[in-house]
Amino acid sequence: MSRLSSGGLIDRATPLAFTFDGRSYKGFAGDTLASALLANDVRLVGRSFKYHRPRGVFSAGSEEPNALVELRTGARREPNTRATMAELYEGLEATSQNRWPSLAFDLLSANQWFSSVLGAGFYYKTFMWPAALWEKLYEPAIRRAAGLGRAAEQADPDSYEKAFAFCDVLVIGGGPSGLLAALTAGRAGARVILADEDTILGGRLNSARTAIDDAAPGAFLARARAELSALPNVRVMPRTTIFGVYDGGTYGALERVGDHLSVPAPFQPRQRYWKIVAKRAVLCAGAFDRPIVFGGNDRPGVMSAQALRTYAVRYAVTPGRNAVVFANNDHAWSAAFDAADAGVKVSAIVDVRETPPPALLAGATARNIRVIAGGEVIATSGKCLSSITVRTRGGTETLQAEVLGISGGATPNLALTSYFGGRPKYDAALAAFVPDQTPPGLSVAGAAAGQFSLAQCFATGAAQGVAAARDAGFAATPAPLPETGDTPTSLSAFWHVQGSKGLAFVDFQNDVSAKDIAIAHKEGFRAVELLKRYTTLGMATDQGKSSNMAGLAIMAELTGQGIGETGTTLFRPPFTPVALGALAGHHREKDFRPTRPTPTHDWARKQGAVFVETGLWLRAQYFPKPGETDWLETVTREVKAVRSSVGLIDVSTFGKIDLQGSDVGVFLDRVYINTFSTLAVGKARYGVMLREDGLVMDDGTTARLADDHYVMTTTTANAAKVYQHLEFCLQVLWPDLDVQLASISEQWAQIAIAGPKSREVLAQVVDAPLDVSNTGLPFMGAVEGRVMGGVKARIFRLSFSGELGYEIAVPARHGEALTRALMAAGAPFGITPYGTEALGVMRIEKGHVSGNELTGQTSARDLGLGKMASTKKDYIGRVMAGRPAFADRDRATFIGFKPVDRAQRLRAGAHFLPLGAVPVMENDEGYMSSVAYSPTLDHWIGLGFLKGGRARIGQKVRAYDPVRGGDIEVEVCDPGFVDPEGERLRV
Amino acid sequence: MRIPCPYCGLRDAHEFSYLGDATVSRPAPDMPDAQEAFFHYVYLRENPAGAHEELWYHAAGCRQWLVVSRDTRTHEISGASFARAPKADASHAEVKP
Repeated sequence: MSRLSSGGLIDRATPLAFTFDGRSYKGFAGDTLASALLANDVRLVGRSFKYHRPRGVFSAGSEEPNALVELRTGARREPNTRATMAELYEGLEATSQNRWPSLAFDLLSANQWFSSVLGAGFYYKTFMWPAALWEKLYEPAIRRAAGLGRAAEQADPDSYEKAFAFCDVLVIGGGPSGLLAALTAGRAGARVILADEDTILGGRLNSARTAIDDAAPGAFLARARAELSALPNVRVMPRTTIFGVYDGGTYGALERVGDHLSVPAPFQPRQRYWKIVAKRAVLCAGAFDRPIVFGGNDRPGVMSAQALRTYAVRYAVTPGRNAVVFANNDHAWSAAFDAADAGVKVSAIVDVRETPPPALLAGATARNIRVIAGGEVIATSGKCLSSITVRTRGGTETLQAEVLGISGGATPNLALTSYFGGRPKYDAALAAFVPDQTPPGLSVAGAAAGQFSLAQCFATGAAQGVAAARDAGFAATPAPLPETGDTPTSLSAFWHVQGSKGLAFVDFQNDVSAKDIAIAHKEGFRAVELLKRYTTLGMATDQGKSSNMAGLAIMAELTGQGIGETGTTLFRPPFTPVALGALAGHHREKDFRPTRPTPTHDWARKQGAVFVETGLWLRAQYFPKPGETDWLETVTREVKAVRSSVGLIDVSTFGKIDLQGSDVGVFLDRVYINTFSTLAVGKARYGVMLREDGLVMDDGTTARLADDHYVMTTTTANAAKVYQHLEFCLQVLWPDLDVQLASISEQWAQIAIAGPKSREVLAQVVDAPLDVSNTGLPFMGAVEGRVMGGVKARIFRLSFSGELGYEIAVPARHGEALTRALMAAGAPFGITPYGTEALGVMRIEKGHVSGNELTGQTSARDLGLGKMASTKKDYIGRVMAGRPAFADRDRATFIGFKPVDRAQRLRAGAHFLPLGAVPVMENDEGYMSSVAYSPTLDHWIGLGFLKGGRARIGQKVRAYDPVRGGDIEVEVCDPGFVDPEGERLRV
Repeated sequence: MRIPCPYCGLRDAHEFSYLGDATVSRPAPDMPDAQEAFFHYVYLRENPAGAHEELWYHAAGCRQWLVVSRDTRTHEISGASFARAPKADASHAEVKP
């Protein structure tokens, strides 16, 4: 065990058991998986992406490139989890990834011996031929060898949420500058949200021993946390990462509500995706400690100097028995001192600078730490680090070390500032890019702005808090700053140890070495964007948070340009990976496409209906009876019942739009191709509407109930689209028309009864004095009245089936009662409920067009409806429908088909070819859009589009369906298969 | 992105559906080269980098068609008015975000 005997923010009274690769370990509440593994002397935690090199924990935060594991098992298995961000919980199960057969012995680590061919751009140069081998051999092999963890193969059992929040000031990051910004804005009365990626507020103060107001940082933190939680206008959101900045001051945030539990609490989501709308925001995201590039810098045991400090101070872990720090800056020294003071044995500090500041030298002497000034680490050894080789002024020397804390300086965490295209600028004194332009409303404080010392963090955090609150309209005043002895840090820019031994890594996660940067340079991929794509520098899941700087600096050295001129690639959201489940939230499955049951749904279910989804609606497809063996038998019975007696179907799903006003007639004339202003009150008419490009948008029946009152029906699928279109026409095109619209689709249930006996059934449910006789309610008549003893109703004599038929609309809540009343009244006639299948069969028998024909690519003429178009008025789509191609005689138009051999089955989707023609595109003459077995004719019938259309009635063509192996001769015929003259409608 | 609906106030863009350029107007159907004019009206659009007047429909709100002034480079929305109101009509004040 490498747990220090005292200290740390862990709860030693709460031990937690967990497993890694099947072995059991113990940690404490407050640990991350990374700190708990280090406390158990587990230093090898993963294998690298390409070379399968052994890797250990590098950081203590969200920038972690190496320590990626699969967390949990089964449906909750989550690949590529950063062990540094995974809070330990009782029973946590983690597995290493990208290794075979085991983490300790990985056969594919042989890849590294081929690093000379697997270097930068290898996939552009190798595996090129023979081309046929790519798909079958190279790609599968590469995918198996290079990779990360495995996704769960079952559906995610947890739930996710989406939420909105609004505030005056959003503070991003809860470190020293974020705390001051939030306190200052909060005291001024602004509504503040403080979002922090960590579990506890404090940022680096949780890992430091620097005195604040002459006390340990914990005392300051306790006061700050207490004050923030006491302010009612401040909301602290721990475990919340701001991952993106969007238009209008909107910030995307991911709150890890239940990630620190083995299973989320009941009714708790696993994660919550927030959209936070903020008048102002202050970015206080701190900085990353970046690595130095030298041979063997990826060995387990090498970690950032600041991570060494964090593991020692916050988690009371000594990550190895003997620590050495290798750095170019003062801040790494204070990390070494804090680690030593916490109980880690720090034996030496190697600094590339010849003369480190005297105060630091004194600090080292006081702690008995040896200083090697002007030294460089040139090699490391051990599977997990056991020793390092240092080049000193006098020669080389080998030092025993199980931990090497490295630091090339601090890189401000400014990703969010460049999401609107802002380019960071290079500050040579800091050897770092600092924010320049920021998204509107976002300012930066603290280390993220290159203000690295604690005093600077406090000062800029408070100042930006005041500025943000004032911008949001609050009279904020600067508060006294906490006292701290921390002084500005100095460094000497240093990136890359020349002449070191072994692969020197720049980007640990994508295995990009200094040599790869040199290859990119040699081959001309020098611009940063090309360098990134050619070498994959910064393209791994960590997005190069810790690695990018060194890569740019090495390229700048090679080109001789400065780092500022070399520039940096821009960052893009998300800042850290976001699960798709969180972005979807509850909008999945039935919550994404909710079921809309019809008013008679429960009744239909009791009748044993089989349902089908039509758009969002769930409709009865057919009503099987005991003994019926397949759907065709049932549908055939239903069709025969309608054609011989009477049937009933719920047609409530049609879109219904109420139109009122003195100009409705004029308006309808402009949106339909045919005329409605002349429609008599009490009559209905079938109408077709076009889009402005001349193609058919929708069809349906519209009835006139009064001079200034019409009711329109639309197809089920287009209800919302047509409504929006009508609003567009009224508000944008013709605002002077006196027309009011309302969607009444869900307010009215509509039940159709059809068949020769339907009038006798209807007559029994209507209240006197409503007359539904042939003279009282003729074909295409529409009347208002009462049914079932007082229920308001609209009755339309319409037919989709071709039989005498009525549609009875009642307020939706009476839909089921009406259905029961009609079923009771129809019982003597054997009234038969039918579903969408029988409805479809009967409309095909009648040759009516439907959704399969209204494809958005068909004109009214294509559909055989061209004659309906009025020539006496203008209407939407008229001019464009007059384009010559629409009148081409060779254009495929609507027509009927039957198999020459009547025993054969037709298939929708089959394409038509001239008899004897080879099946190539040039010979294609159209396609079959709808087919049905006709119980009335006792053979299959079809509708479709054929070049020449009606002119070819009587000819034979080939219906070719290679997908399902169909290839039969069909005869072209009139699409009206049953009662083409429509005599049955008018009886 | 948020749109200042003159009826509902500042609302999230997800409540609206987008149509496009609000500066095109439906040609007179009886003009001599109507087919050419309609071809332009239906298919041809400018793609400006900068200020743009565009039609949005507040589908999940008041169901009004709006003319929204948006900068296509920054998505900054400088105002919205009812499409049915003539711009010069002072009784329909333009709302600023």
